[in-house]
Amino acid sequence: MLFKKRTYATIQLPKTKEPFVQTEADPISRGEVIPEGDFHKCPNCGEIFYAEILKTTEGVCQKCGQHLRLGARERIAQITDVFDEFHMRMEETNPLDFPGYEKKLASYRERSQEEEGVITGVAEIAEQRCILAVMDAGFMMGSMGSVVGEKITLAVERAKAEDLPLIIFCASGGARMQEGIYSLMQMAKISLAIEAFSKAGGLYISVLTDPTTGGVTASFAMQGDLIVAEPGTLIGFAGRRVIEQTIRQILPEGFQRAEFLLEKGFVDRIVPRNEMKETLSGILRLHGGIR
Amino acid sequence: MKEKMKRLERELKRLEALQADGIDVSEAIDKRKLELKALKVDFPMDAWDRVIKARDAKRPVASQYIESLVEGFMEFHGDRRFGDDPALIGGVGWIGDTAFTILGQEKGVGTKERVKRNFGMLNPEGYRKAQRLMKQAEKFQRPILCLVDTPGAFCGLGAEERGQGQAIAESLTIMAGLEVPVITIVIGEGGSGGALAMSVSDEVWMMENSIYSILSPEGFASILWKDSSKAQEASEVMKITAQDLESFGMVDRVVKEPEEFSIETLPSVIESIREMIVETAAAYQALPVEALLKKRYEKFRAMGKVSEKEGME
Ligand SMILES: [Zn+2]
Repeated sequence: MLFKKRTYATIQLPKTKEPFVQTEADPISRGEVIPEGDFHKCPNCGEIFYAEILKTTEGVCQKCGQHLRLGARERIAQITDVFDEFHMRMEETNPLDFPGYEKKLASYRERSQEEEGVITGVAEIAEQRCILAVMDAGFMMGSMGSVVGEKITLAVERAKAEDLPLIIFCASGGARMQEGIYSLMQMAKISLAIEAFSKAGGLYISVLTDPTTGGVTASFAMQGDLIVAEPGTLIGFAGRRVIEQTIRQILPEGFQRAEFLLEKGFVDRIVPRNEMKETLSGILRLHGGIR
Repeated sequence: MKEKMKRLERELKRLEALQADGIDVSEAIDKRKLELKALKVDFPMDAWDRVIKARDAKRPVASQYIESLVEGFMEFHGDRRFGDDPALIGGVGWIGDTAFTILGQEKGVGTKERVKRNFGMLNPEGYRKAQRLMKQAEKFQRPILCLVDTPGAFCGLGAEERGQGQAIAESLTIMAGLEVPVITIVIGEGGSGGALAMSVSDEVWMMENSIYSILSPEGFASILWKDSSKAQEASEVMKITAQDLESFGMVDRVVKEPEEFSIETLPSVIESIREMIVETAAAYQALPVEALLKKRYEKFRAMGKVSEKEGME
């Protein structure tokens, strides 16, 4: 089947951005974390909002319903009533001695005031206790390095040890290139932890948020007992551009979106942001939580 | 030094052409051969040399390993869900006196076969065929041998529609819980998640000139430096050789290769690993299941370098 050539297939990404790994989202998905500034433009319909107003709508565009990307802190504030963070105080060691990696990390740390691209802790969601890990697409594109892998693994192990359900909000551009093979091995490490947790009877809910791609999709994002996604979320293994180069075709609109994955049978439910808390607490209740 | 070697190799080629034309330059040829040999000892191959070797069309592929290593191999097809992926050969056969389940990512020999095998790039049904045969191996208490040789999982429209990410994720889950020993040998290219999906194993071995990486050097260069022609440079900083991975503790054994590694020299390599495969599998099979799983867990648990700051809670 032939698709009309679309101009956005060739749009260049801004130079200042950390490039995606194995994936390059089209502009529609390139929603930004809600900025500090006064105004924000919806990447889908172009509507301009006061940032303050956008915060009251949980980062959802009131004109077109686009779910803009959220920072991990903001996400946690929306979802939880109580959150007790695990302060891991961990740092990367630049395992490959990759030139410039420490500097890059330091600048992301300073900008975000976070140690890394995932925040973990014990949460209460409408009186339901669980272990919660929230990835941040804004921290080096949500790429998975040793610290992200270690923090998630520790969270899974904690869930197993304390017999608590586990929720992971996934958001990732893929691998942390600067850590090479160490990044790849995090997929194995986390998968082993999740399998052990699962065998012990633990409940794991995977929540896919924009974008969930690459190695995260090929591991814990798809290993949930239940997999829910926010509307419009980009979910895929390979990036759009890589696929288009491989098959020499322009991909259809909506390809690799949450709705597409629901249709193909890879997602349990699509849950709008304003129903996420209720949905998660409902699932937790149905799996032995406080009713 | 690299330049000097390249110059010598070029000169050697020219001289050999002259020799073939009937002009006697054998003395000059011998002189350069000796010089080259000395240089090779002093300066081992760099990562890019190994990338080239790992991808060499003459390099033995999985089906040739199986033919040489396995007696009475019986191939079993299909994932029982969608189809049969020609990029994955699966089946059962004898290695020594032990029946193994063997899974090989197959690049194929010759253009026609290589196209049919999709150059060793699996679709989701390839991973699902592997999963099915792994679970079967577990049921019948057979050890598993995986041969990894893939540029990566296939990046196609159908592959995404049928859940490439989910397929790999499930392979990781299944391997995490397998109650029989699994040995993986990376025989050529170990490309990304497509390789990892057959490598959550009790032992991972690599052939001397194989590579194992997060992404191809070309892809890496194009993403980080926006220039895929810098692949050679990328291959050095990525640390993808068997020797690198052994030094990281991610690979348990590096298998020596002959100077010219091809179907002709493969049997000598097979003879050097046959016993090792059987004995390694037997050693893991002797462990109680719980100990086997714990060992595998701890092996991968240790991977990833982080430093903890003062005052960790
Ligand atoms: Zn909008």
